[in-house]
Amino acid sequence: MTTLTKTEDSPAPTGPDSFLSVRDLKVRFSTEDGIVKAVDGLSFDVERGKTLGIVGESGSGKSVTNLTILGLHNPRTSTVEGEIVLDGKELVTATERELERLRGNKMAMIFQDPLTALSPFYTVGRQLSEPYMKHKGASKKEAKDRAIEMLTKVGIPQPKMRFDDYPHQFSGGMRQRAMIAMALMCDPDLLIADEPTTALDVTVQAQILDLLKDLQQEFGSAIIFITHDLGVISHVADDLLVMYAGRAVERGSVREVMREPKHPYTWGLLSSMPRLDSSVDEALEPIPGSPPSLLNPPSGCPFHPRCAFRDQVPGTLCSDTRPPLGEGRAAACHLTAEQKQTIFIDKIQPRLR
Amino acid sequence: MLQFILRRTVGAVVTLFLIGAATFFLFVAAPSDYASLACGKDCSPQRLADIREALGLDLPLVQQFWDFMTGIVMGRDFPTGHCSAPCLGQSFYSGEMVWDTIMDRFPTTLTLTAGGAVVFLVVGVGAGMISAYRRGSLLDKIATGGSMVLSSFQIYFLGPIVLWIFVYSSGLMDNPKYVPITQDPAGWFVGMLLPTLVMATIFTAQYTRMARSSMIEQLAEEHVRTARAKGMSKPYVFFRYAWRGSLIPIVTVFGMDVSSMLGGAVVTELTFSLQGIGRLAVDGAVHKDLPMTMGVMLFGAFFILLINILTDIAYAYIDPRIRLS
Repeated sequence: MTTLTKTEDSPAPTGPDSFLSVRDLKVRFSTEDGIVKAVDGLSFDVERGKTLGIVGESGSGKSVTNLTILGLHNPRTSTVEGEIVLDGKELVTATERELERLRGNKMAMIFQDPLTALSPFYTVGRQLSEPYMKHKGASKKEAKDRAIEMLTKVGIPQPKMRFDDYPHQFSGGMRQRAMIAMALMCDPDLLIADEPTTALDVTVQAQILDLLKDLQQEFGSAIIFITHDLGVISHVADDLLVMYAGRAVERGSVREVMREPKHPYTWGLLSSMPRLDSSVDEALEPIPGSPPSLLNPPSGCPFHPRCAFRDQVPGTLCSDTRPPLGEGRAAACHLTAEQKQTIFIDKIQPRLR
Repeated sequence: MLQFILRRTVGAVVTLFLIGAATFFLFVAAPSDYASLACGKDCSPQRLADIREALGLDLPLVQQFWDFMTGIVMGRDFPTGHCSAPCLGQSFYSGEMVWDTIMDRFPTTLTLTAGGAVVFLVVGVGAGMISAYRRGSLLDKIATGGSMVLSSFQIYFLGPIVLWIFVYSSGLMDNPKYVPITQDPAGWFVGMLLPTLVMATIFTAQYTRMARSSMIEQLAEEHVRTARAKGMSKPYVFFRYAWRGSLIPIVTVFGMDVSSMLGGAVVTELTFSLQGIGRLAVDGAVHKDLPMTMGVMLFGAFFILLINILTDIAYAYIDPRIRLS
């Protein structure tokens, strides 16, 4: 018997101040080829004023998770199980109308590519004003004042003139700033940033990250920051969740996970990250193999086909049994704590220095 | 904007001139002309020469062409009388002024086009939008299936069936005919109803399919998702964000259809025995009636060029990224 269908029974730590709490979330898409388990038993919490970083390869379920929180998944092709509780309100079972009232108001999203994520047909000002008018019942004039205030806050020069510009008249960095301003129009308590800096060049990236931090301090929002860039995450996040094949494989504070990763997949992620101070002769260490198909995920630990250390686990435990993710600082792996410690010190740490 | 219109107008005039030249010289390159056709079986060289002279076919080709083209701007004098600008010459076959004949037939064609256009946009695009909005519903399936079936019909197939049902077997309606709207609006409506509906039915199905697929494509756009993420309602997002983007292909095809229909809906006119511009074009070519063919060609080309310019202006209104330059 495999315990593939069994989910992580141990819940993530529920802080007293936990603002968003996701429990055992499962998102499935039915496609022509079968059922894709895009998210398979995911649990996490985000506190007010804190930033949770979610990292993982493409297709690990990061974006799907967050679209599901907003209720933007396609209800015709996907099924959602589990619990998403935002400030005491259950979202999985909420009606479309209830979700509409929360979206852009209590929870907002910043998308990856601001060029395609902003409508080319309407002015930036109009796109910013819309949610404010809808959620706050503001007049056009009030919404315009608010939009100009937010454009100023995110550092767009001459916001009064820019208000009537179209997105294509903005530069890439300015578009992303406008996008952030749009997300912040209604002072959302939860801000989801889906790779907000991926489409930007490095100098602009740093500005946007600083901007997000400043805004968080000002508004006290909870932020979920999705990225595949570990360099970025260490600057912005407080806690870190590493996702693989639709599941969380490691959790902890950013400092803990970056300094002392405990999961072989996280080791792989960190080793494959280029470092400025490493010798140019030193080759990067990619993770062998490719991410699994979520149509037919591997049995047991989903990472076992790519794992270099599975021979240290007795028997067929890795391919049979799904390792649970413990509470708090944890990694879902069958290796014992001592084994992890030894491997990390002998093999992984030298690569990270 | 003004500069754009000015530039395009100059371009259109040049294009019209070139189309006129191409039509004229292709036409006279044909092996037989109107004179030899009119001369008949027992044709003497003298009689042929007389006919040619009377029609002006004895003049050098370049002069014939030049006279025709200048006549459009300045008017011309014929032995039978003056033809004021825009003069498209005198028909060889009927002896009437081509412009007058076209103006006589144009209301029929205009009625067909206008009626069709309304149905395309209201019924065709409307059904497509609703299908996309209620994608996967029974309504969508009916609209998709129905439009598939209808768009594979042909006017000369559906036309006679409709005529048989409503006119010949049941006698519910009279044979379609054009009655001037100024004389009898009800008669005009009833007279043109069947031809317009039959033509519109077949074209409308294409609009339904196009509007549906274009809309579905737009609904998958990221900026549409962003609008949803802002909490905007589904109908608002649908009709403000997705709709706007789906208009471009519809406007493109609509412009092409309307402009070509204004130049004559040949099949519809022939099927329902209507006297429209399309009929004139066919008759002109069959009778080797050079002025009539030239006139109808230029008349049709004028609308194609005009609507092309209007379509480009519409693009710029729909999508602010498109600049008219």
